[in-house]
Amino acid sequence: MLMLMSVSIFGLSRVHAHVISVLSEGILTMRTVDEWFLSMLESNGVVILVVTVLTLIVLRLLFVIHRTGKPLRPTAVKPLSTLIVLGSGGHTAEMLNLLAALQKDRFYPRYYIAAATDNMSLQKARSFESSSDDEIFLRLVQMGKDKAEYMQIYRSREVGQSYITSVGTTLVAIAHALWLMIKIRPQVILCNGPGTCIPICGIAFLFKVLGIRWSTIFYVESIARVKRLSLSGLLLYKLRIADQLYVQWPQLQRKYPRSILVGCLM
Amino acid sequence: MGSNGDGVSSKKVVFVTVGTTLFDALVRAVDTLEVKQDLYAKGYTHLLIQIGRGSYIPSRSSGGDGSIAVDYFTFSSSIAESLRSASLVISHAGSGSIFETLHLCKPLIVVVNEDLMDNHQVELAEELAERKHLFCARPQTLHQTIVSLNLGSLLPYPPGDAKPVAKLMNRYL
Repeated sequence: MLMLMSVSIFGLSRVHAHVISVLSEGILTMRTVDEWFLSMLESNGVVILVVTVLTLIVLRLLFVIHRTGKPLRPTAVKPLSTLIVLGSGGHTAEMLNLLAALQKDRFYPRYYIAAATDNMSLQKARSFESSSDDEIFLRLVQMGKDKAEYMQIYRSREVGQSYITSVGTTLVAIAHALWLMIKIRPQVILCNGPGTCIPICGIAFLFKVLGIRWSTIFYVESIARVKRLSLSGLLLYKLRIADQLYVQWPQLQRKYPRSILVGCLM
Repeated sequence: MGSNGDGVSSKKVVFVTVGTTLFDALVRAVDTLEVKQDLYAKGYTHLLIQIGRGSYIPSRSSGGDGSIAVDYFTFSSSIAESLRSASLVISHAGSGSIFETLHLCKPLIVVVNEDLMDNHQVELAEELAERKHLFCARPQTLHQTIVSLNLGSLLPYPPGDAKPVAKLMNRYL
């Protein structure tokens, strides 16, 4: 409304200035007022734009936080692309134990990610994938539904690395995680502790906010954590990034009431 | 502990494992004369130590005449084989080794590495010790733990189950 009014006033005054060569003081005053009004409106417009965009971002952020932790609409039996973050020895054993209990025809294709310095975990995942010899699995192979991919990710900090150099390596690790996440855009993310899951889950949350992909994040705290969550678990819990956070010991569940007790997996 | 009938004296192996890294304090504690004597007195005939990347090398011994036979290796792809052949396992506190041993129903002494910075592993070992599935020790208390070893007080560990969490995940999606 204001904008329209000012434009019409401005247009009128320009016509007047053109037609009437003898300038009356009144019109002059009117023009300067117009210009002042317009510049005011222009700067106000920027402010309004910024406020609107910020409000939209905050609203989207609140929506994502609100939706995180609530199940998606029933997607029936559609398969879900699944990203599995593997860690060192104990973590990988627990994760493969969990995967054995999940239906392979629902969670596929499966993308395994391990740290670049960890050669054992992907090898274990490969032998896990090829060890399933039951009939269902063989039928899946024939249908091309046994798809699994294996990739490695840079770690932000190796054990014993100095904190100064770790700033650079952290940036590289985040960029690499972003690249992998853009490529995979998983519908489900499974993780159970290793630090490599933090950049991945953070990017997944960003993708939710931006509306790129809604990934359901399942975090299963390691059985080794009896009294306190690991740093990864604590971050995902406090920042409400994980949709579901499962713990294996009752005392841990009592300490973190939003977590879900599932008993020992091993 | 006697013979197994065909004339060959029965072999009772103690298997010690430090996992994928190193744990010199454990290897050193096991390699002391008193621990070796205590193990022999308890009827164990062989001591097999996986030392990992550690720099402390135990002394090999072929055993016989009142002492335990000692052998060691750094890494092996068949840790499971060594675990299966053992009558007693002394392990670092990594969850992988702990559960692999418990699933095989082998008596287990977990030795906690106090040199580790973020030592959450104590939590698991102590919780399972409280539930009487294993014994928990430190390198300097391993000797006492072996002296007072009472395998009869251990309860078998019921294997865990991943089905409940899988069901929850399926229901959630």
